[in-house]
Amino acid sequence: MSQNAKAPELKFENEPVKRTEPMNGADLFVETLKNENVEVMFGYPGGAVLPLYDALYKNPIRHILARHEQAAIHAAEGYARVSGKPGVVLATSGPGATNLVTGIADAMMDSLPLVIFTGQVATGVIGSDAFQEADVIGITMPITKHNYQVRSMEDLPRIVHEAFHIATTGRPGPVLIDIPKDIATTIGNAEFVDELNLPGYQPNFKPNSLQVKKLRGALAKAKKPVILAGAGVLFAKASGELLEFVEKMQIPVVNTLLGLGGFPADHPLFLGMGGMHGTYAANTALYEADLLINIGARFDDRLTGNLAHFAPNATVAHIDIDPAEIGKNVPTHIPIVADAREALKKILSLDLEVPQAEEWRQKLQKDKEENPLWNTEGGEGISPQSLMRIIHNVTNGDAVVTTDVGQHQMWTAQYYGFKKPDQWVTSGGLGTMGFGFPSAIGAQIAKPDKTVVAVAGDAGFQMTLQELGLVAELKLPVKIVIYNNQALGMVRQWQETFYEERYSQSLIPVQPDFVKLADAYGIRGYVVTTEEEAEKVMRETLTDNEPVLIDCRIKPKEMVYPMIAPGKGLHEMIGVKPQ
Amino acid sequence: MRRIVTATVLNQSGVLNRIAGLFTRRQFNIESITVGATETEGVSKMTFVVQVEDDRMVEQVVKQLHKQIDVLKVSDITEQAIVTRELALIKVMTTPQTRAEINVIIEPFRATIIDVARDSVTIQVVGNFEKIEAMIELLRPYGIKEVARTGQTAIKRGSQRFVSDSKQVSILN
Repeated sequence: MSQNAKAPELKFENEPVKRTEPMNGADLFVETLKNENVEVMFGYPGGAVLPLYDALYKNPIRHILARHEQAAIHAAEGYARVSGKPGVVLATSGPGATNLVTGIADAMMDSLPLVIFTGQVATGVIGSDAFQEADVIGITMPITKHNYQVRSMEDLPRIVHEAFHIATTGRPGPVLIDIPKDIATTIGNAEFVDELNLPGYQPNFKPNSLQVKKLRGALAKAKKPVILAGAGVLFAKASGELLEFVEKMQIPVVNTLLGLGGFPADHPLFLGMGGMHGTYAANTALYEADLLINIGARFDDRLTGNLAHFAPNATVAHIDIDPAEIGKNVPTHIPIVADAREALKKILSLDLEVPQAEEWRQKLQKDKEENPLWNTEGGEGISPQSLMRIIHNVTNGDAVVTTDVGQHQMWTAQYYGFKKPDQWVTSGGLGTMGFGFPSAIGAQIAKPDKTVVAVAGDAGFQMTLQELGLVAELKLPVKIVIYNNQALGMVRQWQETFYEERYSQSLIPVQPDFVKLADAYGIRGYVVTTEEEAEKVMRETLTDNEPVLIDCRIKPKEMVYPMIAPGKGLHEMIGVKPQ
Repeated sequence: MRRIVTATVLNQSGVLNRIAGLFTRRQFNIESITVGATETEGVSKMTFVVQVEDDRMVEQVVKQLHKQIDVLKVSDITEQAIVTRELALIKVMTTPQTRAEINVIIEPFRATIIDVARDSVTIQVVGNFEKIEAMIELLRPYGIKEVARTGQTAIKRGSQRFVSDSKQVSILN
């Protein structure tokens, strides 16, 4: 039994590092944020946070005023994803806080570092069903890495410091701090503490050398090795080490959806994305492998398909910073609890024997060549796959691309060809509609000089389109590309495939005029119906310094292929070849 | 299978809620939870009796508990040399004829009668799970009106003489 077996050292007193002048909790709140080097925050004011917003008025930190709290937190997620820094969110009590819930759950699933502040009614009335009261601690307990309610003004610096530490270290995640209104108005002295006292939180970064040696042994014996690289590679900034390891060992690589960009898509050893809409070569490699090295992926069900048929002949090695992910879904022979970069560095420091896998590589290369992604030819409307190739070409494959969930997300993942880390922002685990556009705003704020393309479906875009106001206000050059098929495309696809074409509530024939809508916010809008038009408009507008909305009328009945039906294994792909 | 898992936790507000929520969310079945203070101020110890399908599920219980920031240490102590105890209060119907009989029955259990009414007695018994079950079964024919049980708490024996060869769950592997 190890369990970090160190006996808990409990210290309830710390040496004061900096004692503040008397100030109120709200001013102290702003000081604590400055102490954590917060450059920007995303939020929306309300009654319970009036004192905090007043303190920000006097002692400003850049604040992005979204038009809805859900968009504020998605923007913070986009910011965190591309900047590597924690996204900071501020919302009021009750409805302000509950509007954040989708974003908190989204960040939890995709391990995004957020520190979220919510107002709360005054401590004296908590529990009395006061105006705009909600039990935010209770509501968010299962969807945060940790959460706090501040019970005394003096605790605020410690709690904020711990929250930033917990959110950004180990497996990142959202941490919420609930601040009752009277805490913000209490005047007192507080102490800033640099030292952390978290005996129950000690993430392990360094790999166990015994397990790493076991992996070396498995590599020497492997005839059919494959690497599955997930978002852990991106969080650990390990893509350089991954490339070095892959080239040294000549092992083919599959990316998860969220791992895209962690390995260059144009590399000869790259097989593509795996899983439900993964490539034939990637899924076949996962299915037939005799050694599967998972680096920073969590064996999500959309990746594995039916677990009974997942990698049936493979020795499974799993590198993950979160021990609870190892063995959760897939039995693991070589567990390595560590930061992906530390683990790869350790492996690379050993004397390694290159696996004898020439035959395997040739077979997979053949699979790749013979079963490329394909799309239907002809017919009304723009081919969504060709549209993504156009976006890739116009932006040189170098843009930050964000999406919602659904067909457009899968086409983006399949066709954009991400070559570098931190270019790709998508809602993977939770699958949140309305995520793409606001997260692009956050990404643009993190990378003002980058081209940021928000790819959205027509339905998802309508869930958070009020943020056009924010884009107009900040003059952010976000490029909105709407994949418009007048439907909930993926729902429609499943109804066509599994529900005998009963399109129950998935078709949306009545839509706003998106061009006029953009115009109402003073943003350029275009509607395009052919690939030529799309390319022409994109060449003119995607690389300049102005926002634009392009309503692309895609083929309404196009499907995402290949596909693994629910309950099927990775070897049971349908739609591998044109039908 | 039945497993006994202990966790030492920081005594923060909401910690019981956090852990109970985790069990519900991950579909771990709990037979009992006990919580109480330890020798260290600010630290509590929880003892869970859980019903799990296999070793992998116990491993998940331990790992998910350990992931909580307020949890300091988690152990699956089922296979170790341990002492488990539970307290039960059992209210049994009595008549003047059965009262003496019941006294005889409970004596070998070292149970005591802590309340007497005209037509019932309340018995306090302390012991491991099996002992409490046996006591209740013996009293059942007399008519049990009410049972209140604390759930099991457990502690490792001072000397671990038995080295178990069963699979141990490790956080760091």
